[in-house]
Amino acid sequence: MKAKFLVPLLLFFGLAGFLAFGLTLNPREVPSPLIDKPAPDFTLARLDEPAQTFSLKEMQGEVWLLNVWASWCVACREEHPLLVRMAEQKIVPVVGLNYKEVRGDGAINARGMAIEAETDMAIERARRWLRDHGNPYLLSVLDIDGRVGIDFGVYGVPETFLIDRSGRIRYKHIGPITPDALQNVLIPKIEELRRAG
Amino acid sequence: MPGDTLSAVLRRAALVGGAVAAVLLAGPVRAESTAPASTPALAPALAADPELEADAMELSHKLRCLVCQNQSIAESNAPLAVDLRNQVREQLAAGKSKDDVVDYLVERYGDFVLYEPPFKAVTVLLWLGPAALLLGGAGWLAFRLRRRRDEVAAEPSLSAADRARARALLESAAGNAQSESPESRS
Repeated sequence: MKAKFLVPLLLFFGLAGFLAFGLTLNPREVPSPLIDKPAPDFTLARLDEPAQTFSLKEMQGEVWLLNVWASWCVACREEHPLLVRMAEQKIVPVVGLNYKEVRGDGAINARGMAIEAETDMAIERARRWLRDHGNPYLLSVLDIDGRVGIDFGVYGVPETFLIDRSGRIRYKHIGPITPDALQNVLIPKIEELRRAG
Repeated sequence: MPGDTLSAVLRRAALVGGAVAAVLLAGPVRAESTAPASTPALAPALAADPELEADAMELSHKLRCLVCQNQSIAESNAPLAVDLRNQVREQLAAGKSKDDVVDYLVERYGDFVLYEPPFKAVTVLLWLGPAALLLGGAGWLAFRLRRRRDEVAAEPSLSAADRARARALLESAAGNAQSESPESRS
């Protein structure tokens, strides 16, 4: 036991190693328990045709993305050009989940607003935003009160879910999709899911 | 003056704290709605039945807000926390048990939503680690103390001749010290 004096040093390095690993983790990224589980079903009004509804089964047999967005969401603006480019290159169909378009916006006092008025306002705002910034979505649906968002475990915008042919969530991207995440994570996963049939 | 130093330290701490807060606030690029924390998007509803409201609040205190992360959904005014509080209230009002409501949220947000992590394989170290460290430390201490006692017992005792020699040495050393510095006593 000549090297006994090294014990505190080794303990220190062990502790420093744990702490260094901790620094690489992002506490804002809460892992979703929904991965590999069937996506929660929903039926919501379409933004382009509010009289019609959309539900998950319409995408059965497809590998697709559900992208949560809102016009008040600053990070969505950052992500949007990439989504538009993805749509031009026809990489994958993307359905938009417009999340709390009106009541999520801190600039609007939605207290006591009738749901019809809120829906009309949401449609007007969301459509204007897509006109201004381009519409990369196959279609968007309106989650006025954020209930579907809760079912998907959404806790911030944007979030993107990768859903396979059988309707299972296979991956969740938290925050804006970066070109790097698209190339190195999303596209390989999409191709893998397509090969898997 | 100590008062000045203290206030300077406090001022500096406040500045550093403010800078850290500013960095943290500027950091996240994601938005959980742009609503300031003090104005929830919708009026926080209250259950009509006070007992139900008490249950809902008790449960809300055990659920973590995913946006602020260091507040429960009862304390937070983030829009998502308001939504989740309303969910808790609604589901309790619909006759669901507290466990049902907790399961509902864990299914969607994971164990992270619980302030008290459940006891399972991945959390064994978390729950038992401190007790294991304490027991391990106590065991190690007991082991060391026993070994020390044995070592002391095993040390050879001095014979009468050794003692006499040691005494003679000590006395002569004391005598030398006195003779070398007599002036110190005057």
